[in-house]
Amino acid sequence: MVNNSNNGITLNREIKSEKEFSLKKFFFQWEWLLFLIFIAIHIINSQLSPYYLNTYTLLDATMTFLDKAFIALSMTFVIIFGDIDISVGSTIALASVIMAVLYNAGLPMPLAILVCLLVGVIAGFINGILIVKFKELSAVIVTLSTMILYRGIAYIILENQASGGFPMWFNFLGWGYIKTIIPFILVAFIIAAVIFYVLLHKTTFGRKVYAIGNNDVASLFSGVKVDKIKIIVFTLNGLMAAIAALFLTSKMGSTRPNIASGYELDVIAMVVLGGVSTSGGKGRMIGVLLSIFIIGFLRYGLGLVNVPDQVILIVIGILLIFSVMLSNLKLFSNKS
Amino acid sequence: MSEKSSKNKISLERIQQIREFSLIGFIIVLSIFVQFRNSNFLTMSNIDDLLTNTAILSILAVGMMMVIITRGIDLSIGATLALSGMVTSMTVSNYPSLHPLVALLIGIFIGLISGAIIGLLVAKFNILPIIATLGMMNVFRGITFLISGGKWVSAYQMSDSFKAISTGSILGINNLILIAIIIYLVFYYFINYTRTGRKIYAVGSSPESAKISGINVDRITWLVYSIMGGLAGLSGVLWVSKFASAQSNTASGYEMNVIAACVIGGVSIAGGEGKVTGLISGVLLYGILENALPMINVSPFWQNAIQGAVILIAVLVSALIKRRIGSSNKIRRED
Amino acid sequence: MKKFLISFMVLVSIFMLVGNVTAQEGKYAIIVKNAGNPYNEKEMDGFEKAINEIGGEVILKAPAEPTAESQIIMIEQLITQHVDAIAIAGNDPDALQPALKKAMSRGIKVLSLDSAVNAQSRMVHINQADPEQIGRVQIQAISEMIGGSGQIAVLSATSQAANQNTWIEWMKKELEKPEYDQIELVKVAYGDDLRDKSVSETEALLKSYPDLKGIIAPTTVAIAAAGKVLTDRGLQGEIELTGLGLPSEMAEYIKNGVCDWMYLWNPIDVGYLAGYAAEALVTEKITGNPGETFEAGRLGSKEVIQAGDGTEIMLGAPFRFDKENIDQWKDVY
Repeated sequence: MVNNSNNGITLNREIKSEKEFSLKKFFFQWEWLLFLIFIAIHIINSQLSPYYLNTYTLLDATMTFLDKAFIALSMTFVIIFGDIDISVGSTIALASVIMAVLYNAGLPMPLAILVCLLVGVIAGFINGILIVKFKELSAVIVTLSTMILYRGIAYIILENQASGGFPMWFNFLGWGYIKTIIPFILVAFIIAAVIFYVLLHKTTFGRKVYAIGNNDVASLFSGVKVDKIKIIVFTLNGLMAAIAALFLTSKMGSTRPNIASGYELDVIAMVVLGGVSTSGGKGRMIGVLLSIFIIGFLRYGLGLVNVPDQVILIVIGILLIFSVMLSNLKLFSNKS
Repeated sequence: MSEKSSKNKISLERIQQIREFSLIGFIIVLSIFVQFRNSNFLTMSNIDDLLTNTAILSILAVGMMMVIITRGIDLSIGATLALSGMVTSMTVSNYPSLHPLVALLIGIFIGLISGAIIGLLVAKFNILPIIATLGMMNVFRGITFLISGGKWVSAYQMSDSFKAISTGSILGINNLILIAIIIYLVFYYFINYTRTGRKIYAVGSSPESAKISGINVDRITWLVYSIMGGLAGLSGVLWVSKFASAQSNTASGYEMNVIAACVIGGVSIAGGEGKVTGLISGVLLYGILENALPMINVSPFWQNAIQGAVILIAVLVSALIKRRIGSSNKIRRED
Repeated sequence: MKKFLISFMVLVSIFMLVGNVTAQEGKYAIIVKNAGNPYNEKEMDGFEKAINEIGGEVILKAPAEPTAESQIIMIEQLITQHVDAIAIAGNDPDALQPALKKAMSRGIKVLSLDSAVNAQSRMVHINQADPEQIGRVQIQAISEMIGGSGQIAVLSATSQAANQNTWIEWMKKELEKPEYDQIELVKVAYGDDLRDKSVSETEALLKSYPDLKGIIAPTTVAIAAAGKVLTDRGLQGEIELTGLGLPSEMAEYIKNGVCDWMYLWNPIDVGYLAGYAAEALVTEKITGNPGETFEAGRLGSKEVIQAGDGTEIMLGAPFRFDKENIDQWKDVY
């Protein structure tokens, strides 16, 4: 057993160093490229709107997109596996609805919040266990089914009603400030981002995630408990969806079964723009973080000069494609 | 070596056959159950409705199957469908005397171009399909909105001949069903009996070895997305003609239904696997769910959950059956 | 990592130096339910027209999808732009409350139109027509069409649609009257404002209730989808159809006799009235209390009235569209 895990680690290191050899430059450029885009967006936005370049505005803007960004952190792990989880939007709805119903049935709010997190954990765990036990099914299929199922359960529970009336302090999650200008959600997100950064880049767990993404058969033979790690990651993804549910519910002050629909695609866009490859094994947290803020500020800035939403979507779509195209071209130029 | 691989191939085919049979069995059980709850279910008129309403989904599913076989995915088809539908119906409302066939060709052409762009991005620029199609989904949707100026094209603006595309019938069979049948026949032949068709499987099973064996992987990939686009364009015309209205948010999110139908039909997201015959049962199951749930008087609030549960069960059961047969085959080989 | 942090800090400090934006006056914003829907486009047209008459700056916003989440982001953007008033057609009556309260706390006048937000999140609501009247009139219409007896069904938008749910409640109340003893409401189905789903729900109604006499569809997509199904099956005269729909979408089915008549109000007027009400709030001609009156351009004098626990301004009665007048309206909206 001890031997096994030792072997595992050395093998992972080998894989990693081999990868680094060919991809180091690429990643270096990729994240700098994102950073340049990030700066460009701020310059463009500040040219467009006189209101943009303002500390309050910029801090406030983060409140509009950070709820889904929490899921992007854990989704990064899922996509590094080469998997995907499209049930997160439905998980938000289910966790939020159950929390609201239990609170209104008399459960104290702190307990209701715990239940919300628990629902997320269970939903994610179910995804994980199904994916692991049914290897012939891909994560897309499993999470596609649970996506419909989880939201369906939320509909059964709340039907056409809304549920809310939360205590005042619960508002703080989505609307509160620390030191009067820093949004609480930004602080919470930074803490979460640091945790996930460390988890992915500084722990053996993170190394194993990369190893599985590169080659799960090889990592299985080298003693990595692929199943266990996959279940943990999907459970984590469910948990992060539940955390997003807390912030979103607080932001809306009430909940319905149809909230957070379509969130999964927004989250996936954040992660893939960050340079995480859906074919697995590649990507870093710093890229995802940059991409979260790129998409968020771009949307907010263009919205600030009242560009129609549909046009903003076109811009984001083209940005997504061009940035990936550019990085691919660079990769080629490195090779030749 | 060759013997072994042919043996494997046979068992793989058998697994797929049994899988299809189990799915058909599931469909039969489901139908009988629904029939018990509502005796109108298995009537000719309802079956006609069911098939008509599933026709567009089934056409899209053929294209999606080929995309998924090459290890890709296309999230943009709902947007392509809307774009084609909007352009076609705007043309029809301006030139009411336009022949319906021309309208169909316009729609297919727009879809082909959209698909070809995506194919180019995926094949030539090596952009992952999920990113390329996610991005282009936004772009197509936005373009549809911009050219329509937020307006809809309504029934009174469409010529009768245009609306007749999907309401008309030949020999008592609705045109939509006929078009779907023709497409299935064409693509059944294309995928199974042409060299290009077989190459699609080769690319999906192993792009590397396909490349080594001299297949132009880029060309096949590009072709597959173009076909998908063309079918989405065709579906756009059919959709707009069927519902006699074109909106910029037409078929928003429809790609998920199509992917679900493919997945139930045994098309593996991992690539290289999937048959037209299996696809039919997948599409049929999906169509029955959409048709039957409102008919058996379940609360509308339960429909989503039931749909999700049935898809999950169907997928899990077929996986279990496949596994069972796989292991019994292994034992036999050991003997 | 370090390089990024340093560059980020530099950027942030640049932002700190700039700032202090002066606000312009007379900025009026409208947020409709979603883009790409002619009804909402016309509401924006009306609003824009009113603000142009008044002489202010107008901001039109429409999210890509009809969700409360996207409207919250837009409200935040408008707060940042220091607008003077926000008129909103809410995608959820309750979920916008924290965002709209934040707007009001920054001195922005908030009013809702078309689809109300709850009384705590607005100063006044522009009501296109009395929901009670909208609900009751549709029952009266279907009763007249089917001759006072038989089964009827309702085909609505999504199960979460607040307006539709209120109207359906009033329909049910109207049905309690003794003169409708012979009418039975067999089902409320939801087409989710999707064409395909509305069509299959209509077909399911026809099959599940072979004796069905009438369908009420209080939303454009559903009534047009039902009109299409009834037309294709040649059921005009056998199954009656009424409800609320855009004249352009329904022209075909009103002319071919599938739907004898239906109702709607003029979305241009709804937006127009919202524009003048916004101006009245900003210039403090009204504060949103019952009994106040103001001049609403070509619509004349309008009064703020009590409705539930909030206040509203009523546009008028729902307008009846039939064979006689549909041609003059189908090109308008």
